[in-house]
Amino acid sequence: MEYLSATEKNDTRSGFGAGLLELGKINPNVIALCADLTGSLKMDAFEKEFPERFFQTGIAEANMMGIAAGMTIGGKIPFTGTFANFSTGRVYDQIRQSIAYSGKNVKICASHAGLTLGEDGATHQILEDLGLMKMLPGMVVINTCDYNQTKAATMAIADYQGPVYLRFGRPKVVNFTPKDQKFEIGKAIVLKQGKDVSIFATGHLVWKSLLAAEALKADGIDAEVINIHTIKPLDETAVLASVSKTGCAVSAEEHQMNGGLGDSIAQLLCRNLPKPLEMVAVNDSFGESGTPEELLTKYGLDVPDIIKAAKASIKRRV
Amino acid sequence: MATIKELEQIASQVRRDIVRQVHAVNSGHPGGSLGCADFFVALYFRILNHKPQGFTMDGNGEDLFFLSNGHISPVWYSVLARSGYFPVAELKTFRKLNSRLQGHPTTHEGLPGVRMASGSLGQGMSVAIGAALSKKLNGDKSIVYSLHGDGELQEGQVWEAAMYAAANKVDNLISTIDVNGQQIDGSTDEVLSLGNLRAKWEAFGWDVLDANGNNMEELITIIDLAKMNAGKGKPTMILMKTEMGMGVDFMMGSHKWHGVAPNDEQLANALSQLQETLGDY
Repeated sequence: MEYLSATEKNDTRSGFGAGLLELGKINPNVIALCADLTGSLKMDAFEKEFPERFFQTGIAEANMMGIAAGMTIGGKIPFTGTFANFSTGRVYDQIRQSIAYSGKNVKICASHAGLTLGEDGATHQILEDLGLMKMLPGMVVINTCDYNQTKAATMAIADYQGPVYLRFGRPKVVNFTPKDQKFEIGKAIVLKQGKDVSIFATGHLVWKSLLAAEALKADGIDAEVINIHTIKPLDETAVLASVSKTGCAVSAEEHQMNGGLGDSIAQLLCRNLPKPLEMVAVNDSFGESGTPEELLTKYGLDVPDIIKAAKASIKRRV
Repeated sequence: MATIKELEQIASQVRRDIVRQVHAVNSGHPGGSLGCADFFVALYFRILNHKPQGFTMDGNGEDLFFLSNGHISPVWYSVLARSGYFPVAELKTFRKLNSRLQGHPTTHEGLPGVRMASGSLGQGMSVAIGAALSKKLNGDKSIVYSLHGDGELQEGQVWEAAMYAAANKVDNLISTIDVNGQQIDGSTDEVLSLGNLRAKWEAFGWDVLDANGNNMEELITIIDLAKMNAGKGKPTMILMKTEMGMGVDFMMGSHKWHGVAPNDEQLANALSQLQETLGDY
C-alpha cells in the first residue's frame, strides 16, 4: 500500500490554517472569526496577512456564530474557528436558528475534536459533535484525516454555498494523502481495495484503519479501506458498492457510537443491504485526561480494536 | 415623505392587521406587536432607505432591519406587506400550513423582507453586528437597525454582542429595545429585574437615547438623532418605552395579551377602536 510509506507527521489544524491563508489570497470574500484561540486554530497567519478580514470575538462563541451568520449578508464567506466543543454543543441553538434554518453560508471550523485532544480531559473532548451537526437539515459534515486533506477541504468548502461543519484535531499524525489533492464534498475515497471486509473510517481513524488492514493481511484477510471524510451527505453509492462486494463492514471514528459515522452507515445498510456492521467508536462514555495514544487504546479506538472488529464482522457474515 | 399624520393613519391600519391575523388562527402575539406598531411604521415608511419591490438577501446599498424578538411577527408582516414587500392578501395565510408567514419569521420559505430567522431569543444583535461589519467591509454607508424585547435582555448572548459592538466601534448599528416592562410570566420586575438599563448600556460603551415608542413625532426625532450618531465610533441604543397592547384598551398594560388571541367579540371591540385607513385585506 503506497500510503503506508508516508512518515511525515503534521497536525490537521495546521492544514486548516494553511488552507485558510491560501483562501485569503485567492478569495477576497473569505473572512475569519475566532473566539480567543487563534494560535490553537493556526489562524494566526491569516490574521497577520489579512487583519481587516479577521475578527477576534473574545470568549463569546454564541456571539461569534451570530456575527458570522450576519456577515453572509453582503456576500462574505465567514470561517469560524474554535474548539469542536465550543463550535457545536455550546452554540447549538445559534447554529440551528441563525445558520442552518436561515440557510447561511457559514463554515464552522472545529479543532481539538475527540479524545486526541488529550490531557485537557473530557470537558474539552467532545465526542458528540458529528451527531449534533448531522442532525441539522442542510448541514454538511466533514471530518478530515490528515494535514493535506484538511487543507484541501478548507479550500473546497469556500466554493460550496451553504453551512458546513469541518472537524479536525490537535495531534500530529501521519500526513499520507496527496499534497495537492482535489477535495470533493460527499465523495468517499477508496484507499485500499479488498474483498473480505469493508472498513469505513473517518478522521484520525483512517490512518489507524490502514494499519489494521495491513496487519489483517497476515491472517489472510483482504480488507477494503474507505475514507469517509464527509459524514453528511454520506456517499451511499460507495458504501453500498463496497459492502455488496465484501458482505460485511466496520466503521471507525473518534466519536460516540450514538450519532456518528457508524450510525449513519447502519441506517443505510439496514434499509438497503442488511449485512453485519461492527462499530469502532466510544461506547456511551466521556473521555478523560491522558495522551492521545493512551486514550485511543483505553477507549477501544486503536489498531487492535479495528482488527478485532473486522474479524468479528467477517465471522457474522452468513 | 409621509407626514406624521399619514404615518399615524398607517399605524392604525397595521394595528387592525395585527389583531385580525392573530384572531384568524387563534394564536400569535398581539401585545408586543401592537406596542411596536408605531416604531415599525416609522422605520419602514419614513426612516429606512430600502427597496421593497426588489428585495435581495444582500441588500447592498440599503439600510437593513433585523427583528430579534421574532414573536412580534404580526406587526412586521403587516408593515412589510403594506410597504410593498409582498401582497397584503398574503396576511391571510399567517401561521397556516404552507405559508411564508411562519409563526416566527424565517428566511426558509423565502418571504421578501426577512434576512434571518428569529424566535429563539437573544440572537438578533449578533446577526445585526455581522451585517453591519459586512457593510463596512463593502464600503456601504447604509445603517443596520435591530429591535429587541426587554425581556430578551435576560439572554446572555445579548451582552456578548453589546460588549463586542462597543469594543469594535460598530457605529453603523442602531439597536432599539422595546421597553414595555412585560414578559410571559409577568412584569420584567417580577420575573427578573433588568435594573437600570440606561446605566447598563452606557457602561457597555453605547450611546443611549430614550424614546416614547407610541408617539410618532418623538420617535422619528429620536431615530433621526440616532442616525446622526452613525459613523462616530459608537453603536447607538434607543430605549423605547411602549405600552403593550397599545391602541386596544382592554389589551393595554398587561402581560396577559403577550401571546393570546382575541375571540370574535374581542376582535369586534378591538376593531371598533382602530380606524380602517388603508382598507382591510
